[in-house]
Amino acid sequence: MSKYALIIDYKYCTGCHTCEVACRKEKGLPVEEYGIKVTKQGPVKLGGAWMYDYVPIPSSLCDMCEDRIEAGKRPACVHHCLGACMTAVPIEKIGETVSGKGEKVVCFIP
Amino acid sequence: MGTTDEKKWMTEEDGIIKVRSCAWSAPGDHPTGCGVIMSVKDGKIIKVEGDPEHPISQGRLCPRCLAFDEVQYHPDRLLHPMKRDPKDRGTDKWERITWDEAYDLIETEVRRVWEQHGPECCFVITGTGRETTLWANVYATNVLGSPNRTGVISGASCYGPRCTMANYHLGAGYPELDYAAFFPDRYDDPRYEVPKYIVIWGKDPIYSNSDGLFGHAVVDLMQRGSKLIVIDPRLTWLAAHAEYHLQLRPGTDAALGMGLANVIIQEDLYDHEFVDEWCYGFKAFAECVSEWTPERVEEVTWVPADVLREAARAFATNGPSSAMWGLAFDMQENGVQAGHLFLGIVAICGYLDVPGGLTLAAPASFMGKWRYDAVVSLPPETRDKLIKPLDGRYSVYTTGGAMPGALGDTMIDWLEMENPPFPLKLGWIVGSNLLACSAAQPERWLKNLQQVEFFIANEIFMTPTVMALADLVLPVSTWAEHIGIVMPHFGRNTHFLGAMNQAVDPGDTKSDFQIMLDMGKRLRPDIWPWEDEEAFLDEQLHTEYDWDFKDLQQDVVRQQPFEYYKFRTGKLRADKDPGFDTPTGLVELKSSIYPMFGEEALPFFKEPYYSPYSDRISDEVKAEYPLVLTTGGRNILYFHSEHRNVPSLRSLHPDPLVTIHPETAAKHGISDGDWVAIENPEGRCVQRASLSYEADPRIIHCEHGWWFPEQTSEAPNLYGPFKANPNNLIPHEIIGSTGYGANYKSVIAKIYKVDGLDS
Repeated sequence: MSKYALIIDYKYCTGCHTCEVACRKEKGLPVEEYGIKVTKQGPVKLGGAWMYDYVPIPSSLCDMCEDRIEAGKRPACVHHCLGACMTAVPIEKIGETVSGKGEKVVCFIP
Repeated sequence: MGTTDEKKWMTEEDGIIKVRSCAWSAPGDHPTGCGVIMSVKDGKIIKVEGDPEHPISQGRLCPRCLAFDEVQYHPDRLLHPMKRDPKDRGTDKWERITWDEAYDLIETEVRRVWEQHGPECCFVITGTGRETTLWANVYATNVLGSPNRTGVISGASCYGPRCTMANYHLGAGYPELDYAAFFPDRYDDPRYEVPKYIVIWGKDPIYSNSDGLFGHAVVDLMQRGSKLIVIDPRLTWLAAHAEYHLQLRPGTDAALGMGLANVIIQEDLYDHEFVDEWCYGFKAFAECVSEWTPERVEEVTWVPADVLREAARAFATNGPSSAMWGLAFDMQENGVQAGHLFLGIVAICGYLDVPGGLTLAAPASFMGKWRYDAVVSLPPETRDKLIKPLDGRYSVYTTGGAMPGALGDTMIDWLEMENPPFPLKLGWIVGSNLLACSAAQPERWLKNLQQVEFFIANEIFMTPTVMALADLVLPVSTWAEHIGIVMPHFGRNTHFLGAMNQAVDPGDTKSDFQIMLDMGKRLRPDIWPWEDEEAFLDEQLHTEYDWDFKDLQQDVVRQQPFEYYKFRTGKLRADKDPGFDTPTGLVELKSSIYPMFGEEALPFFKEPYYSPYSDRISDEVKAEYPLVLTTGGRNILYFHSEHRNVPSLRSLHPDPLVTIHPETAAKHGISDGDWVAIENPEGRCVQRASLSYEADPRIIHCEHGWWFPEQTSEAPNLYGPFKANPNNLIPHEIIGSTGYGANYKSVIAKIYKVDGLDS
């Protein structure tokens, strides 16, 4: 199990595909494979309001870029995220990172 | 390493050289100048990452820069000059030649045309956004000695209209969302305030980085509390996240603007102090919009009256707020008036040149002076040979700025004339893939351009346009292979200057600038004293700054000094008096300039030519084509017609998509993923159906810029630029009386299911 968690404040995820391409380049993955994939919900009207959300989901190939983290950098997806809505933290810091972010937050431990 | 020789922009670690730079294009983008770090090993780029030290992009990058290596080392990249016999246009009979041979050929052909026909018979075709936007006009004047160049696009519908409006109404360059871009510490700068609301009108900035704006700054500001008012026919991601979405019928922006201005004035929500001191013509402007009640606006625009009212109140009563205007203003017959209203609304709310409002830059001469000098270097009798309508129409366009070039519509008329005042003999295509991208009625353009005897094209890949037309193709270098300067907003409101730093050897390719310099020295040697691009850039920098390109190269980015409230301190006007640099010295809510051209001084609404309510087309036509078609919404994976051959990007979005509301699709028996023909009296195209509530049931949306690099290159296929091209449905020369604005984003259409892209 990864020592790190990927926290995504997905109310600010614009579905820009940056994480997908950044990951592919970092890991040298062929186009048929992926380390993270953006999923889409909507636009759909729920309870009288539009919902239109993207959530990137790491795949089984995600290793949280542990080598980058150990070198003092951020995972490739986090580093490049245009919405600046992704964070990588040690799993013991999940609680404090998530609290205060409000609604629409997910946490992955790939 | 001594400190004086230290290259801060280039470092080495374990045999890998890291080069910091600001990206532009080709391939790529408008001049956003995002910070990149290129890792170079053995002379080859092995990775591109975002530069965390860049004050604007802060380490972030979009997929196009991340996949840059797939362009740089693409097996199909043009790597050497090639020529082809003009009788072989459209066939793959290219012959590799040397640069000397290519330059000799150009010189011979240009001098032949000069002597036999005159320099005005040479012309340049250019596109949008690429770095060569800085140079393309100059290719015409300072290399070919001709005033004639064209952007092809009908009604010059890209950026020029908004810049002209800003110039005429504000006496300033392009006004932009204040996202603290001038300040090193950005949003934390004590001078800055976060806008309470941001109106996003006619653009989708998060996917387009339009004109040099870093689009995701909008998301930065959402995170800091800004709320959105989105004015867009589509339910975009931004619209779905907005407090107010004004989902208007395409092409009715001026009516919507009338309504917004009317609510703000009628309900007395405007900034009296700013209006009294700094605006001209308020009373006339107020009277002009007074009949546009929200209910009347709803009938025209389909935006519910209450949503309009509430949005107007929220914007006007929560200062500071900001607003951004997009390409949709340029792309409509009525766009000049819509832009007039946009500027009027932000002015009367007091949001111009204030923290958290819309930024206005101080006047600057960097690059602009040289480009102006380039135009006036032509003898007056040659400048008079600018291709323009023989009856004097479109005078706002043809006299605007230093020299606007020839309107695309006029160029077509000229080529179709039996006896034009002079013929067009030699064309140079500099950064345009017009057949796949900008040309309305692209097959008509292709047919007409075939009469031109000799075409040169600068490109990085073989495109439909080069395959169809060029007799000589010159391979250009990417932004990693040459030096340059990135100026967001092309110098019209530039928050920083960025160095484009060379990371790798260009091989047998050359930059657009280098080609221009080399041919300029051959053809007009008296005006090309510079030894190389660096010497040229230094001289241009010295018109404004006391530092050199090398200094910029070291720092990679130099933000511009900035202050607010310049209208109070005299820093917006050339004569240093307080106020705005307009004839009245004020923001012109009523234009003192338009009447000089026979245009209305006040804004008005005009129904689009092809619309369900148009009185310029018959009821039969309206009945046959019941849907409103809008086009050109951006996809972040592609820059206009670029990148369709980049595997990492194409795999994420393989087909051209037409967005259709699920109920509308059901009515036509169309399922998600079906191929669909989109047709109107002007033409037809085929795209794949994407069923989504992003579309209003009455409106469909087509993507632009599609061609298929994987298909047959030779004519008549030419990589298929006409198959999925919504510009087939855009009429020729239905444009504003100013010359500005064509309805690329508002026509009508019908849809029906077909078997495939080729059916």
